[in-house]
Amino acid sequence: MNSQTLPVLDTLIAEAREVSGAEALLQGLLAEGVDTIFGYPGGAILPIYDALYDFKEQLNHVLVRHEQGGIHAGQGYARASGKVGVVFATSGPGATNLVTGLADAQIDSTPLVCITGQVFAHLLGSDAFQETDVINITAPVTKWNYQVTEAREIPGILAKAFYIARSGRPGPVLIDITKNAQLEKLPFAGYAPCTRIRSYRPAPVVRPAAVVQAADLINQAQRPLVLWGQGVVLGGAEREFQAFIEKSGIPAAWTILGAGALASDHPLNVGMLGMHGNYGPNVLTNECDVLIAIGMRFDDRVTGRLDKYAKQARIIHLDIDPTEIDKNVATTVAVWGDCKQTIPLLTRLVAERQHPAWRQRFADCHAQEVDAVIKDALFPATGELTMGEVIQQLNELTHGEAILVSDVGQHQMVTCRYGRLNGSRLHITSGGLGTMGFALPAAIGAKFGVPERTVVAIIGDGGVQMTIQELGTIMQTGIDVKIIILNNQFLGMVRQWQELFSDRRYSFVNIQSPDYVAVAKGYRIEGQRVAERADLRPALEAMLAHPGSYMLEVMVAQEQNIFPMVPQGCSVSEIRLR
Amino acid sequence: MERQEYNITAYTENHIGLLNRIAIIFSRRKINIESLNTSPSEIEGIHRFNIVITETEDVVRKICRQMEKQVEVLKVYFNSNDEVVWQEMALYKVPTDVIAEKALVERLLRENGARAVVIRKDYTVFETTGHRQETDSLLRALQPFGLIEFVRSARIAIIKSSDGFNRQLREFEEAKPGAEVVENEYLNDREGVFAM
Repeated sequence: MNSQTLPVLDTLIAEAREVSGAEALLQGLLAEGVDTIFGYPGGAILPIYDALYDFKEQLNHVLVRHEQGGIHAGQGYARASGKVGVVFATSGPGATNLVTGLADAQIDSTPLVCITGQVFAHLLGSDAFQETDVINITAPVTKWNYQVTEAREIPGILAKAFYIARSGRPGPVLIDITKNAQLEKLPFAGYAPCTRIRSYRPAPVVRPAAVVQAADLINQAQRPLVLWGQGVVLGGAEREFQAFIEKSGIPAAWTILGAGALASDHPLNVGMLGMHGNYGPNVLTNECDVLIAIGMRFDDRVTGRLDKYAKQARIIHLDIDPTEIDKNVATTVAVWGDCKQTIPLLTRLVAERQHPAWRQRFADCHAQEVDAVIKDALFPATGELTMGEVIQQLNELTHGEAILVSDVGQHQMVTCRYGRLNGSRLHITSGGLGTMGFALPAAIGAKFGVPERTVVAIIGDGGVQMTIQELGTIMQTGIDVKIIILNNQFLGMVRQWQELFSDRRYSFVNIQSPDYVAVAKGYRIEGQRVAERADLRPALEAMLAHPGSYMLEVMVAQEQNIFPMVPQGCSVSEIRLR
Repeated sequence: MERQEYNITAYTENHIGLLNRIAIIFSRRKINIESLNTSPSEIEGIHRFNIVITETEDVVRKICRQMEKQVEVLKVYFNSNDEVVWQEMALYKVPTDVIAEKALVERLLRENGARAVVIRKDYTVFETTGHRQETDSLLRALQPFGLIEFVRSARIAIIKSSDGFNRQLREFEEAKPGAEVVENEYLNDREGVFAM
């Protein structure tokens, strides 16, 4: 140590004041730029809530109605804003209620820092009141977790948590803090963010040779196809991606978490991949000669049957996470690294092309799909209301600028397929885990994350009943979330499978609903119910014009199926249009 | 691809809970860990896991990458049995009077290189160290003679081609913070050792 650093240290020590572990935690959150916390208090996290009383001006704590709602709100906040979502819960049941959200955030790479209270350290392992082994329960569903048992650990561990949650491939982190550690005092001289961990590599280094190889393959290709996923969004590489696509002239298709990174109406955006994706990108996956996967993980819902997936193509895979390379689909060239760095390198090396004949194939497929599916889904003249026309009407009113938050099931696929997005982070949905009940709390979180945008939650009559208690959170905070319930009086996606594959043996998919408008009214939320085509547009306009939250229940056709569809166990080229 | 025994060697931080995080990578795929040893490594403060499983190379590679993805894991290698020097230790508790009475038993023990660790009037504990077949064959041989207790340790293995972890650790420690951190010259090496 040289003589210059000594006085600095002296000042730091002199300035250090005694604070409680709880206060150190909140100071740390402020230093990390946190403005919003979603949480629910309880015995083991009381000291943190006591300290929070003095931070009411700086930290906006949103009291949710259930910890699952809290963590989904944190996810919605993170997905909409790109910032780390922060969630508080108490020990025992409070902590176990986070598990679904953690698993969801883990598989969808959503950055979260969850703080759970824990019983006093001396009670650990004794089956104390509201004690549960949170660290081991959450190990498989967190990127990292840690149990703090002494106050002095708090600043360092919190810094590590934020660094791990948002760096590399993001993910959820959980810190379990025993009550004594929240209460104990520690000398606190300030908060130092974490910038590296010896054993942790957020991103692999870019190997220029791989980029050159990839560019060569692309330049030789006659029928190249780009598949992009959320990696482009998480890397903040939307502009780099668009520049690459526009220079190379390669048609590009998206996974549902990547949606919007290239705007819906971009001429090179050829649509959605996977089970209920568009016809062209699915069929032509098995005809392309070079497949370029960017920040996506070849999920089974995207690939269909693997041994018949793009076998004719050479595969280029760009990813930040080495475990994804060769996990499901063997690559010809792997380009490791953050796509924010790798895409521009590739753009520099690829030739300017147009691929008119190849692109015409996508246009032809699209025309077929419009004829067989889209026309009737979006513009039905007669018959019952369709989910598609609700989304279409919404598009016409929000012009692709609203944040759509969808739940899980048929309405989700309809929202993915038809929701117009002018940019990324405009459609938030539970992709990997498929968590029903996600949308309502996630929409609340999204609105807190990006208050200037209109947020529309689109939910089925099944999913909304799973987390409907969060209407209470809307009521108490006065947050402005528009809620559309697409009510088909069925658990629609399961019903569709039972119709198509189980000979219409409808087993427990008939679900009753309460009077949603009355329920909303009970929570002092305006609403209305429509069942007629003529009423739909005015109702949507009323919803969007209403100051504050609004619930619109739309009675849609009971037995409508989502097509196209790649049946499970089939190849993407066996996609059915009807 | 054929299933065979693989020796997984992981260099890690010594962190509470890491053992569980590593174990669940195997259990979620319903893979049995046949042997697991944790010990210090050649570097102070760095822990070494030796894990043995029987699987295809493809699965082992994926598992090793998932292990390496854990925040506290520095590096993971996997090797077939002929790429490592490995040993397991076994202890056998045998009635002392049997050994005294039967010359055959004593010869058996001698032939197997067993060493008496404890000799008491009622029992004697022998120790052998070697490959699985060796400790197994002595176990079978002793069964008819009133073997009281048997235990075998986890496998420990040294990678023949490894020059230790000191150089790699230095690279880890010298790496600059931030997005451009990483060195991964081995990452795409599909033969034997891989690491990031």
